[in-house]
Amino acid sequence: MVPISRREFVKTTAKGVAIASIPFFFKANPLMALTTPGGDGSLQSYMDHFGVSETMIREIMSAAMDKGGDYCDLFFQHKMSSYVALEDDAVNRAYTNVDFGVGIRVIKGDQTGYSFTEDVTLKSMKTAARTAANIAQGIASGEIAKLGYHPTPNYYQIKTKWEDVTIEQRIPTIQKINKVMHESDKRVIKTNASISDNSAYILIATSDGRLVCDYQPMVRVSGYCTAEQDGKRESNGYDLCGRSGIEFVSSESLDRIGTGAVRRTVNLFDAVKPEAGEMPVVLAAGSSGILLHEAIGHGMEADFNRKNASIFSDKIGKPVAENFVTIIDDGTNQNVRGSINVDDEGMDSQKTYLVKDGILESYLHDRISAKYYGVKPTGSGRRQSFRFAPIPRMRNTYMDNGPHFVEEIISSVKKGIYVEQFTNGQVNIGAGDYTFYVKAGNLIEDGKLTKPIKDINLIGNGPDSLTKVTMVANDMKMAEGGWTCGKSGQGVPVSMGLPTVLVSSITVGGIS
Amino acid sequence: MKTKERLELAHWVVNTAKTAGVAEAAVNIGNSRAVEIEYRDGQLDKVKESTQNSLNIDIYVDNKFSGHSTNDLRRESLSRFVNDAVAMTKYLTEDEFRKLPDPKYYKGIKDIDLDLFDGEYDKIMADQRVKYASDLQKAVSSKSDKIITSTAGYYDNDSESIKVHSNGFEGIRRTTSFSVGVEATVEDKNGGRPSDWNYATTRYLKDMPDSESLAKGVVEKALAKIGQTKIESGTYDMIVFNRAAGKPIYSLYGPMTGRALQQKQSFLDGKIGEKIASDKFTIVDNPFIERGLGSRHYNGEGMVAKKRTLIEKGVLKEFLVDCYYARKLGVEPTGGSTSNLVFEYGDKSLEQMIKNIKKGILVNSFIGGNSNNTTGDFSWGLAGMLIENGKIVKPINEMNISGNLIELWSNLVDVGNDPYEYSSLRRPSLHFKDVQFSGV
Repeated sequence: MVPISRREFVKTTAKGVAIASIPFFFKANPLMALTTPGGDGSLQSYMDHFGVSETMIREIMSAAMDKGGDYCDLFFQHKMSSYVALEDDAVNRAYTNVDFGVGIRVIKGDQTGYSFTEDVTLKSMKTAARTAANIAQGIASGEIAKLGYHPTPNYYQIKTKWEDVTIEQRIPTIQKINKVMHESDKRVIKTNASISDNSAYILIATSDGRLVCDYQPMVRVSGYCTAEQDGKRESNGYDLCGRSGIEFVSSESLDRIGTGAVRRTVNLFDAVKPEAGEMPVVLAAGSSGILLHEAIGHGMEADFNRKNASIFSDKIGKPVAENFVTIIDDGTNQNVRGSINVDDEGMDSQKTYLVKDGILESYLHDRISAKYYGVKPTGSGRRQSFRFAPIPRMRNTYMDNGPHFVEEIISSVKKGIYVEQFTNGQVNIGAGDYTFYVKAGNLIEDGKLTKPIKDINLIGNGPDSLTKVTMVANDMKMAEGGWTCGKSGQGVPVSMGLPTVLVSSITVGGIS
Repeated sequence: MKTKERLELAHWVVNTAKTAGVAEAAVNIGNSRAVEIEYRDGQLDKVKESTQNSLNIDIYVDNKFSGHSTNDLRRESLSRFVNDAVAMTKYLTEDEFRKLPDPKYYKGIKDIDLDLFDGEYDKIMADQRVKYASDLQKAVSSKSDKIITSTAGYYDNDSESIKVHSNGFEGIRRTTSFSVGVEATVEDKNGGRPSDWNYATTRYLKDMPDSESLAKGVVEKALAKIGQTKIESGTYDMIVFNRAAGKPIYSLYGPMTGRALQQKQSFLDGKIGEKIASDKFTIVDNPFIERGLGSRHYNGEGMVAKKRTLIEKGVLKEFLVDCYYARKLGVEPTGGSTSNLVFEYGDKSLEQMIKNIKKGILVNSFIGGNSNNTTGDFSWGLAGMLIENGKIVKPINEMNISGNLIELWSNLVDVGNDPYEYSSLRRPSLHFKDVQFSGV
């Protein structure tokens, strides 16, 4: 696969992704036996965990800058994932994964040299550093600043780290979802439930002097079922996701997943396809924020813009939407899936305004693009793992509340659709055409929600659709489920949100 | 570590698992070296080089199953890793259907060289790699002054995978692959910046097409998109360009798997022997193509690879059932994954197919969309060209097609003679009638 595609996408976290970690074996694994960072969460505990000292880091950095690089950074990561699943009414499978290594990046101008190693010995790290150093072809000139601890706020406080949660604590959660799904409706013939979680420790050292560490938890709990009625089958699911601990998995939330999965499934029996063509679309509050992710978010990632490849490349400071439209990409929302305490190149996380009162305000920057544009970084440099160099990415992308009311919006539509559940979306950054796939919603007829609809794709043009956001309600909600955004072969967790919004016209895939 | 040491390690892990009390275990050890180059607008943009390892173990203990992976291959770490994995598995519920494949399925591995490893790999120099990317980027950028930006990429890897099962399977597979690709973005005065791309993937570097033939068409296609618009909704003929034809074909893959069938999430359930598509649709799973991107001697479960017809003249012949779901379904396993899929070619060129159309749309790319495995409903976004009276008239985009997969495939009326080579799915351009498009 050649990693140059600009056809970026987002999708709901795949059901049954076969990776996951074991919690309790964390402590038994000698990789981690060094000491668990944590307890106090001090920088020293992370340094001990990865077995490095400031002297070693400086030595590796010297090797990285040896050919004349301007800047370098080291990204240490240790991630444990766990996936436990129920099928045919039994919790009969579990998967775990351990990933450990360090990525070394050297920047020269806007050029990147990158290498990584899974062996965090001084020798291997220096070899990787020399490989990355080759992006520059001169003699050592860049300075390595004095390294100092850079503290960060914590946007995802949790009670218990996932490696301290046993499999016995996980099993009952999915059994409960299964029970709820079966009890909710007799038409349910098959059920699946799963809990996946991970614990990631990262330590970043930058040649401009920052030492930053972070603990990043994540959990996703999901129910999925198939129901049968008059010989017809339908399937659908419900999931909840966040940078949270096991306390997130309450009895109430398990009920919501189970009943939600069944309700969404049996609703499909009555679903119809809307007519094909352009029509007004009301986006329900919540995961409809996928509109923002696709229609504007990717186009605002500054790497595309500095390369002149985005449809938004010449629009900063210009009006792009009605003045009640404000769009934000935010890494600081409490326990939300896309939140980060620090980005993956050591910059502070922040709340970034993409559009403020209808005016295009700021791109999403990494270090390279911030330097290119002469602006402050926005804390948007993210990567899938230590195996990848960071690039500008979204975090949680949402729209601020507007002046309208939900009832007012729905009743304003004579003939259109109301969309509420989505599976995936995609965008062409340059041409601006974006799509997202509607799993469920309703027709709107004479200002009222009527029959359910299912399985239709929506397609539009980003800048055009922004100008067609004609009403925005005051019920902003973040998506509950888990989304993973793909770009240049790297997947990162994101979230999105929206108040109820009317887009006056989008092309709806339907049947004439 | 060398191959021999990795093989020894795999056996050692299997034995460690046995000592820890497992009935059976399957171990895979992977090792891969990769280099990646990006060259943008006349300058080297990115160089990435690395080696990585992975170890995966599936364990079967007291009729219970779990799978675990790690990239720490030190024996002292692995010993604890395996013991903890076994301890954890005991908390799961028994599953009588979980066991390794019956060793009879391992037998009969074909004694042929599939030629998947380029022995010259270690001789490739850093400069040579950069040159592939820079030559291609330059070949593209010289083609039009409307190009805003273009990036070319080069990627190669040398991978080895070792598989050892406690009930007698042992396999070693070493492959190389090379990819070269390019994307160009052009200016559209109406505000958009349309782009197009092309790439090739091969097992041998010397099989890589030259820059000029890769560059050809990329700029042409990007320029052809200038002024793209949607047209009115309606039912039109549709030609899907070979490269884009993966979407409708792969949409049948999920519903053909044992898991989808057993979990009642497949609209193809019960349809073996039935017609699910027009006579023009024949697709074969062929693991034995020399230098094929999906070629193999055995599958992911260690079962011996076989050539098989999945769909023949529109009739569904075989599902993709792995050993676990075969036991659950009470059927013989057929293999849960595919190798090289070859869609039987027709006799017309793309140009001839276009000539046969009065009004229709040539789909050059699908964008987004999805399909429902349980019901077969689909809806996909697309971009392409409007065809009128046998001629390409103008670029279109921002449109969707929607329908049901069985209905779509039943409307396949013609198949091109132009298979797309750079994929494990070799598919020609396809002509469908009566497709529901939504636009204005």
